[in-house]
Amino acid sequence: MRIAPSITQRIAVSIMWTLAAVAMGVLAFIITYILWHGLPHLSWAFLTESPKSMGREGGVFPMIVGTLWVTMLAVVIAAPVGVATAIYLTEYTHEGKMTAAIRFGADCLAGIPSIIFGLFGFVFFVITLGMGLSVISGALTVALMVLPTIIRTSEEAIRAVPRAYRDVAYGLGSTRWQMVTRVVVRSALPGIATGVVLSVGRSISETAAVMLTAGSALGLPQSIFQSSRTLSLHFYILSREGISMTNAYATASVLIIAIMAINLSAYWLMRRFVGKA
Amino acid sequence: MTQVMEQIVQSVPQPAGPVPAKMVVEDFSASFGEMQVLKRVNLQIMPCERLAIIGPASSGKTTLMRSLNRLNDMEPQFSREGRIQLDGHDIYHPQTDVPALRRRVGMVYAVPTPLPWSIYENITYGPRLAGVTSRQRLDALVESSLRASFLWDEVKDRLDMPGTDLSGGQQQRLCLSRVLALEPEVLLLDEPCSGLDPISTARIEEAMVELKRKYSIVLVTNNTKQAARASDRTAFFLMGELIECGPTVELFTNPKHQRTSDYITGHFG
Repeated sequence: MRIAPSITQRIAVSIMWTLAAVAMGVLAFIITYILWHGLPHLSWAFLTESPKSMGREGGVFPMIVGTLWVTMLAVVIAAPVGVATAIYLTEYTHEGKMTAAIRFGADCLAGIPSIIFGLFGFVFFVITLGMGLSVISGALTVALMVLPTIIRTSEEAIRAVPRAYRDVAYGLGSTRWQMVTRVVVRSALPGIATGVVLSVGRSISETAAVMLTAGSALGLPQSIFQSSRTLSLHFYILSREGISMTNAYATASVLIIAIMAINLSAYWLMRRFVGKA
Repeated sequence: MTQVMEQIVQSVPQPAGPVPAKMVVEDFSASFGEMQVLKRVNLQIMPCERLAIIGPASSGKTTLMRSLNRLNDMEPQFSREGRIQLDGHDIYHPQTDVPALRRRVGMVYAVPTPLPWSIYENITYGPRLAGVTSRQRLDALVESSLRASFLWDEVKDRLDMPGTDLSGGQQQRLCLSRVLALEPEVLLLDEPCSGLDPISTARIEEAMVELKRKYSIVLVTNNTKQAARASDRTAFFLMGELIECGPTVELFTNPKHQRTSDYITGHFG
């Protein structure tokens, strides 16, 4: 039996629409659920005070500071290394065993569970290098975790720059470095920025790896060599150990709002930037 | 003065007597991997002339052009033999400053490729790399190069608009302006009109008449009519070999080789 094309078309559209709606619905449900339980407990005091009695009372100020430190350091470490690797892979070498090996390695790294990274960070940074449970150990571990994302997204963005731009840049008297920095990377910047923003999100929400490397001290970190608890880990401990579900939801709300704010401002910046370019 | 020079150039057959050639291609062969694309080509490019290069697809025209400013160096498979000289200096000498060479031998590509920036930035990119920083000097370069390619009147009030927003013909003239702003000595035009309408094509050809007062122009074209009307000399390539080169009028009215005559009369290619 043959179904009329107009009917298959309608079936296909409705299936796709349903699937998209399910995806959006799940996302909306999770966000609403958490904000529903968390927002009533959010207050200025919650954001600016230190936790009392293991987090049963008080706020999450030290965790916000700890999260900012770990995330910022991780991205500041990973972004230059990742972008430089992508530039090397695309502009400074020809395809061969070496590039295939680097790319394969990056893809494998991307698939490793974060708890394994945590274990590695614990053994290598915390113990072997003697950095102890600290912000810097956590940041280095998270940097390793997000590196593959930055490499692959930057590589895709650089590859998407038309070949003709390179000819034009050379034709106008650029050296290879000038061609790469002033034409290729400049054109690829929105794509590179997307990768960096994605890795900011991953760094903020990383839990297992920082638990093993940054530790879970409740105090405000005085330097990057001290232990600090991040927001996501605080949420995990509050809920897992049944300390305070209300504060756990409030913490989760802070996290979700922060990630949404970062993504939105990144999109806004990118649109402005691309519009100007 | 320049007219006298042109007459000399046009009347004297190769090798030119009193006027030294701008570029000399000597026994030049080029290959990509196993495939030989140019076979022992000998050719001279004179000052203040428009040299057209014609020939069917894969006759080595573009490879020759990209060899004249060493753009082929970027191809990993590229290898060459023989010499190309610019003002008597071997451009493939290891000590050649390649970016400087490319500023002296500017190139316009078949597909108009404005960089995704403003018109102003497109034109000032090259001069800035060459070390021009004075805003006044850059402004002057933008105006003079846009005037030379007959684009100034159309864009003078919107130099900050993206070059990619221009029409195809305007984009190609922007690409020409961009190269002129480098103040080159030789202009390589690789099928610059292949995607353009007749009016845009006419404007580019018009610009070439003015430009040849200052530059040597090499024009690769698939359009034999364009070669006939917009060049002083024509070189015919076939399968990587230079078959015939001579004054355009002569080559089109009285070709020396059967294959040249077959090609220009449209029997193949």
